[in-house]
Amino acid sequence: MPFIANFPFFCILITMAGGIITSMANGKWAFRINTVVVSATLVLNTSLLMFMIKTPQSITYMMGHYPAPWGNEIRFGPLEALMATIFSFVTLAALVCGKTEIFEDVKPKNLHYFYIMINLLLSSLFALIYTNDLFTAYVFVEINTISACAIVMAKESGKTLAATMRYLIMSSLGSGLFMLSIVLIYGITGHLLMVPMHDEIAHIVSAGLYKIPLTIMIGLVCVAMAIKSALFPFHTWLSHAHGSATTASSAILSGLVLKGYIILLIKFIVRVVGLETMVSFKVLNILFVFAVCAMIIGSLNAIKENHIKRMIAFSSVAQMGYIYIGISLGNVWGLVAACLHIIIHALTKPMLFSAAGGLACASGHKKTFDDLKGAAYRNPLAAFAFLIGSLSMIGIPLFAGFASKYYISMAAMETGSKMWITLFALAVSTVLNAIYYVKAIKVIFTKPEGAVVRYKNSKSYVFGMTLFIVTNILLGLFYQPVVNIIAKGIELL
Amino acid sequence: MMINSWFSQIIKFVNGEVSFEPKEKEKEIRKPSNHKEKSLKERYFQWRDERGYKVFRGFYGAISVAVALSIITVLLITVSYLPRYGEFSNPVNNEVTKRYIEKGMEETGAVNIIAGIILDYRAFDTFGESCVLFVASCSVMMLMRKDKKGKPCEELTAYDPKRDLIVKRVAKIIVPFNLMLGIYVVLNGHLSPGGGFSGGAIMGASLILLSSAYGYQNIRKIFSEKVIKIVTFISLSFYAIAKGYSFFTGANHIPSGIPTGTPGNIISSGLILPLNIAVGFIVTMTMYSFYALFTREEI
Repeated sequence: MPFIANFPFFCILITMAGGIITSMANGKWAFRINTVVVSATLVLNTSLLMFMIKTPQSITYMMGHYPAPWGNEIRFGPLEALMATIFSFVTLAALVCGKTEIFEDVKPKNLHYFYIMINLLLSSLFALIYTNDLFTAYVFVEINTISACAIVMAKESGKTLAATMRYLIMSSLGSGLFMLSIVLIYGITGHLLMVPMHDEIAHIVSAGLYKIPLTIMIGLVCVAMAIKSALFPFHTWLSHAHGSATTASSAILSGLVLKGYIILLIKFIVRVVGLETMVSFKVLNILFVFAVCAMIIGSLNAIKENHIKRMIAFSSVAQMGYIYIGISLGNVWGLVAACLHIIIHALTKPMLFSAAGGLACASGHKKTFDDLKGAAYRNPLAAFAFLIGSLSMIGIPLFAGFASKYYISMAAMETGSKMWITLFALAVSTVLNAIYYVKAIKVIFTKPEGAVVRYKNSKSYVFGMTLFIVTNILLGLFYQPVVNIIAKGIELL
Repeated sequence: MMINSWFSQIIKFVNGEVSFEPKEKEKEIRKPSNHKEKSLKERYFQWRDERGYKVFRGFYGAISVAVALSIITVLLITVSYLPRYGEFSNPVNNEVTKRYIEKGMEETGAVNIIAGIILDYRAFDTFGESCVLFVASCSVMMLMRKDKKGKPCEELTAYDPKRDLIVKRVAKIIVPFNLMLGIYVVLNGHLSPGGGFSGGAIMGASLILLSSAYGYQNIRKIFSEKVIKIVTFISLSFYAIAKGYSFFTGANHIPSGIPTGTPGNIISSGLILPLNIAVGFIVTMTMYSFYALFTREEI
């Protein structure tokens, strides 16, 4: 085994160790340790990605001295490496961008706790991406739940505490359902690792045994992941949690935390159940209905919203609909489109949140549209980023968001029955997206009356924002290589 | 005409001229007026303010009970289709459990198979689990810890148990035995049922009893916030380093060089004993700090 195959394990270990070490540091040092750790994971994951592109098969890595059905395992191919690279990049950029606001919003006594949470959140996301074991996934879902709630709570105000409570209740419900489904699947297969579980399920399905527990189990996993990633009927916690947290938290929550669960769901569908078996259970059709509703209702809610961060949060609900529609089409191209949209949304939404944070900082920390009038003249960099992000989310060609919509509609063409609904929902949702994003852009770019006071961005903000803008533009222009990596990754998943 | 006005509304909205915040006029309308003939809108608002919320709450309660009941029914039906508990032919009795039971002692050196499974075969999960405790205690610290050190405020000490003579005497008798039991459970984790998690919980409970009998000022002389922090840090770092080494050597097929010893001896089973001790410390500290933070917002 090549040495580079150790890198995913190193990523998980150093982020955890980073969290443990941070507990002894104060605020500034916590930030420094965190930046070093996240940059190190970025380097490790990027080199792993470079290596995995050339490798013809995925690699299984034993966690300990015991092989597959007995010990823990992680397993990775190009898709996992790509996702982990994007995740560490987005965390780094979002934290650098939001540094000033973090130091303002979080009390000094809590700063190092905030960075502990970020470190452990990242480690749990890596573990969710890389793991080959459903129970390990559950353990890291727990870490993810607690730390995600904690980074919402970090900005202590009445609103964030209420939002955290809501988030904690919904999230715990999701964890509980996931736990139940693991119990069910262990009862009927006798395995916890994904690959042996897959073989056992194929055997059970062909023998026609345990049909009802299997259906319920698959349904429970889908619902649990839908709650965790705020699919339409379970989305009520999202706007509060993402809208009221500090900017970096909102960016990481909407960009990454939601996606970690979706990647787990994709792995569950492809690696545990198998795509064809999954389609035969019809659970995907329910997800399809939810996804279509999410695309439209999320956008309608965003139109009604008068608070810029909550508007962006509701837009996330609609975007989750896009991802789930890709998954629920039930073919490989749908999954590719979903993964592409995960990446695009993971890069664009944190940029939008950071831009909104910058615009709000330039307008006296107020986030309603009345206060943001003409914010572009006060903070041009943030406004430019907001412009690019919203054009991408609407799906204008040459921007990243267009590519994933294109691939979703291509995947829908192959299905037949779901084609018309998907295309219709895409069209309606695009128009609705355009309505609220164009409105926001117009408000921000209206020239204000009177003298304009330029807001001075901090160096870290400029640096992080530049990273976001450059990657987004590059991704919009050259998405083809990314699609190739994803297609290969899905094949090897 | 209809469509035209609707479209112009959208145009206005996009131009940022219309917002969905209720305007001053509408707010005035919502006040119940004594005017005899009310418009439909007014009547709706009045109904909403007077009765609407009540109806909604009732409806919401009924729906949530119905949803919970239906989920319970579905899950109960599912359970009835699962394989019967304890049958030999169950899918659970496969090669996985076979190896755990037959070779567990030989491979891990632990007489207690459970300890062998959670701290050797599937140690990554347990590492995650102890990090869950760490995360949980950190987030409670973040939420509950007071800003400044100093004297505790009146409200919080009001609920502190009075230093009762009975509690003091009983604690004096019980706590040493309790602590001994905890230490025994931790140290014998690889030989008999128990281990870091359960032993740590026992030790944490005795610390809590001690602090409610003799007051936290006395406990603080030994278990101050700094000590708790350092002990947790050292235990977790030890866990991370030890398991990191073990995972790394295992995955790269390098012999780890840690002797398993003779099963049954107190010093045996490789890393399991020190890991149990580390987990025991983490659990004790977490339990005690939870108690301290929830009762008086400081350790």
